[in-house]
Amino acid sequence: MQLFKKATTFDFMSKRKVTMLLSAVLILISVGSLATRGLNFGLDFTGGTLIELGYSHPVDLTIVRSTLETSGFPEAVAQHFGTARDILIRIAPREGKSDADISSTVMSALRNVDDGEVTMRRVEFVGPQVGDELANDGGLAMIYALICILIYVGFRFEYRFAIGSVAALVHDVLITLGVFSLFQLDFDLTVLASILAVIGYSLNDTIVVFDRIRENFRKMRKGSSVDIVNASLNQTLSRTIMTSITTLLVLMALFIVGGELIHGFATALIIGVVVGTYSSIYVASSSALSMGISKEDLMPVEKEGDDLEHIP
Amino acid sequence: MLNQYPAWKYLLLIIVLGTSSLYALPNLYGNDPALQVSSTRNTAVDISTQEKMRELLTAADIPYKSILLANEQILVRFDDTEIQLRAKDAVKDGLGRGYVVALNLAPKTPDWLRAMNAAPMYLGLDLRGGVHFLMEVDVNAAVDQSEERYIGDFRGLLRENKIRFDKIGRYIGNEGDTAVEVRFRTTEARDNAQLLLDREYPDLLIDQEDRAGKFFMLARLDEKEKRETRKLALKQNITTLRNRVNELGVAEPVIQQQGDERIVVQLPGVQDTARAKEILGATATLEFRLTDETHDAEDAARTGRVPAGLKLYTQREGGHALLKNRVMLTGDYIIDASSGLDQQSGGAAVYITLDGKGASIFSKVTGDNVKKLMSVVFIEKKTETRIVDGEPVKTKRTLEEVINTARIQEQLSKRFQITGLDSTKEAHTLALLLRAGALAAPIEIVEERTIGPSLGADNIRQGFTSVIIGFVLVLVFMAVWYRGFGLVANLALAFNLVVIVAVLSMLQATLTLPGIAGIVLTVGMAVDANVLIFERIREELRNGISPQAAINSGYAKAFSTIADANITTLIAAVILFGFGTGPIKGFAITLSIGIITSMFTAILGTRAVINLIYGNRRVDKLSI
Repeated sequence: MQLFKKATTFDFMSKRKVTMLLSAVLILISVGSLATRGLNFGLDFTGGTLIELGYSHPVDLTIVRSTLETSGFPEAVAQHFGTARDILIRIAPREGKSDADISSTVMSALRNVDDGEVTMRRVEFVGPQVGDELANDGGLAMIYALICILIYVGFRFEYRFAIGSVAALVHDVLITLGVFSLFQLDFDLTVLASILAVIGYSLNDTIVVFDRIRENFRKMRKGSSVDIVNASLNQTLSRTIMTSITTLLVLMALFIVGGELIHGFATALIIGVVVGTYSSIYVASSSALSMGISKEDLMPVEKEGDDLEHIP
Repeated sequence: MLNQYPAWKYLLLIIVLGTSSLYALPNLYGNDPALQVSSTRNTAVDISTQEKMRELLTAADIPYKSILLANEQILVRFDDTEIQLRAKDAVKDGLGRGYVVALNLAPKTPDWLRAMNAAPMYLGLDLRGGVHFLMEVDVNAAVDQSEERYIGDFRGLLRENKIRFDKIGRYIGNEGDTAVEVRFRTTEARDNAQLLLDREYPDLLIDQEDRAGKFFMLARLDEKEKRETRKLALKQNITTLRNRVNELGVAEPVIQQQGDERIVVQLPGVQDTARAKEILGATATLEFRLTDETHDAEDAARTGRVPAGLKLYTQREGGHALLKNRVMLTGDYIIDASSGLDQQSGGAAVYITLDGKGASIFSKVTGDNVKKLMSVVFIEKKTETRIVDGEPVKTKRTLEEVINTARIQEQLSKRFQITGLDSTKEAHTLALLLRAGALAAPIEIVEERTIGPSLGADNIRQGFTSVIIGFVLVLVFMAVWYRGFGLVANLALAFNLVVIVAVLSMLQATLTLPGIAGIVLTVGMAVDANVLIFERIREELRNGISPQAAINSGYAKAFSTIADANITTLIAAVILFGFGTGPIKGFAITLSIGIITSMFTAILGTRAVINLIYGNRRVDKLSI
């Protein structure tokens, strides 16, 4: 089976202005939401206590809440988690009480009021100092990843490609974060990991397109820069779509059957893959074009790419 | 001839596939519920222990699959967890204190695989259930303590040399700058003091300062010494934590340093986190006290009537002791404690070194009490930080125990030894406890992640289901899309999965839930290399090139693209590994391994199979 029977000749770059506008709007919305609503940071970053309990029967949240209140946790948030038999309790870091012992207090209080069996499924406690560090490390990781990629792509291709690819990455990350902010989805460590995986994926996509652009600049004697970029995008189009589909397939599997703990992770990657596919066509290539890449910039001065091509 | 591979490449592939399959194999066998017995202090696990356990199990009518002594541990396997729990009670009661009896899951890896060091993947806490603690050690408290010691030393030294001073104390400046501060009336006295201290303590940095008409001298520890002190404090805490974890009875605990002042403690299978926290969160100090020999301690313990001036203690080895109320010396004065052999008797001994002030106190009290019994009391304090009005306030809880009793043979001073210990192991443990008691750096839990066994099991199930579903979806999709070539890619994908599992098993890297997500993602992305190659081949075919040449140029042209794309993803994965903690690291590891192995299988692997199918013959049409 083939996606396109014949070689496609879509004129991607003619819609460059429109998509630039679209990207700009999406980024504006994302940044706006991040600035006003912010991210709904999970326990990993805010610190606090999280307790997941499994009951042998469906449990009434009002009883749980009143128990929490009487045992001295009026600010605790209790909700069902996955099924009606599981509950999740979140307690913000608080003054006047040693944090590490909260979970034991809560568990024994809830066990006392329930006749059935209450099993501890999960307890997470993160002290405020650790939370801050995790957030800092996460931010740093993101920045270092972007810098290293900028250097590698600049070295392997050309600086305008490097800027184009990083522009695409920033675009993808901002929009993925924007969706998380807009819908106030829980942003925890696994989501952060997932965002970094989005960087990896989106870059992968961008590099494949750039590789073809570089090759075509050297090979095609005729045609403007725009034509060459268009041709390259068409040549890589079915690959771009195929890989996105296979990746989305496995992500859907993770999203649907992977369980609650991996939900945010899958969500971020699904958004990232969709946005990343779009951005490698429209953001990376068009920003490289706008910066004025031309044939002369890509004539074979470097040799290392050629050496590699005989290895397979 | 196009599209032929030299024999060595096939050989390489077969070797890699063969080895990977072997090392991935242990993961298919599953686990036996088991009991793991190891020794704590003063006991050794040997053949006699093994025999005793056999008797205990037979007496209690508990069937077991096997019993094995290895690495000073005994492992008994059972058919199910119910028998395992019964066995734990029987063995624990029968062996008594001094042994760690822990529940464990022992892999059912057959002997021939184990002989090759093949073992199943190590499952993370989120998959097997257990507790993860991150503990922060207040290493600066150790520096404070050593400065406190210098205060005592200075005071003694200056008095001895008749140098007059007004006041001596700790100076606390800005940004963690601390020092020992001495105030003098005259500059002359100060100069003399500096001369003396410079000679006695060449490592200290001594400065002079004049403030409001008074003359000050500030002595600071140099950075190197501070660093050493902090490092030692952390090391001590790790050793102490290890001992305490033994008390909990955990089969495969992980106790590791993380950064300069943190310790990671992972206790697989532990559910009672309250008890774990209590035992781990304590700090230790020591007291030397005279032992009362006129009253019966057991009597006092039974009746609850303790004679005046005495205090009742429990002994670590069992039983009680009555000690005098007055403390002879506290552990703060101990600089070092090490175990060794006594030169005279040849028996095990512990050597203790005190600081200057400690030595003068101790020589006086021991001189007055020669031939009397002296006990060492080990005190564990649990510190809790509570935030009151935004200010951290520490509260303490205490547990006291007699760890050693010995007769004072002569007047003791700066260096002395405790002899009459039963074994070198006991001496070693005592030295360790003494050092632990000396360095009372408080410790606090700053992060906890506990996963119950039911959630662990759910995570494994959901994780593997998503791997399988994702895998099958991709297989079907590739077969439909690329037909013959798709099947070859699927073969490579399956091969890739085997290699990932094998590498994870060989490295004994920890598999976590995000790690599984990494594997799933790799499955999705690994086919990318094949998609690139196949699309390229199709393109070449569309350009009217012969099938053989199309295969060759498809692979050749796609290669640098694949390399570039994968290296950049690898950069992201490596950075993720560098910055990530726990769960994120797991994801980064599987993603990195997946990227590397997928390059191998998707390029070399598929090419080998395609060469076998199409190479060296006339081909009119490709199944692509």
